[in-house]
Amino acid sequence: MLSIDRAIRDAIVDHARRDHPDEACGVVAGPEGSDRAERFIPMLNAARSPTFYEFDSADLLKLYKEMAANDEEPVVVYHSHTATEAYPSRTDISYASEPNAHYVLVSTREPDSVEFRSFRIVDGVVTEEPVEVVE
Amino acid sequence: MAIEVKIPTILRTYTGGAKSVDAKGDTLSALIDDLDGNHPGLKGRLVTEEGALHRFVNIYVNDEDVRFTGSLDTSLSDGDAVTILPAVAGG
Repeated sequence: MLSIDRAIRDAIVDHARRDHPDEACGVVAGPEGSDRAERFIPMLNAARSPTFYEFDSADLLKLYKEMAANDEEPVVVYHSHTATEAYPSRTDISYASEPNAHYVLVSTREPDSVEFRSFRIVDGVVTEEPVEVVE
Repeated sequence: MAIEVKIPTILRTYTGGAKSVDAKGDTLSALIDDLDGNHPGLKGRLVTEEGALHRFVNIYVNDEDVRFTGSLDTSLSDGDAVTILPAVAGG
């Protein structure tokens, strides 16, 4: 299960809405081994695309150095789908390489409602998990 | 010649959980061969069967993405720092 503060959930949704129709992406870091999603870090989608996202390679290095210095890890890796459901695509599954992360998918295909779902992706196997929003 | 190589979580199964290991080589290619000698299987996660750098990983030498410095031919010297990170990307 993913447990996430409402403020962070809302920040992810806002980021996805803001970048629509391009995909938005980012990380929520937390203390290593804690499974606590605490530090919201929106990233630039270097692909600037409605069908693909990619962290810029220099930004990626900076992010991981920062997390290492803080003894953090990516607790959530999120991105949006802007025309399809909030479910990992084949490309998402092939790239997924944080076995401890919650992969959050947000769909902005409907203007008035948002889908916010969380998955584990380990060795190519997708498992959806419940999301608990904490006030 | 020892070069420190930072290993990402997903590949630590090959290094007995170690976050960084030492390796030798005067090019990235030689370094990866040396790494694979001590941690068999690691090379297959970094380099394709055709001998190119895998698109799922980024490798940095002293903070430079090797895609901009000659990829697997990037030369290395004593004291360089190599960082391996999985690309964060998708569709």
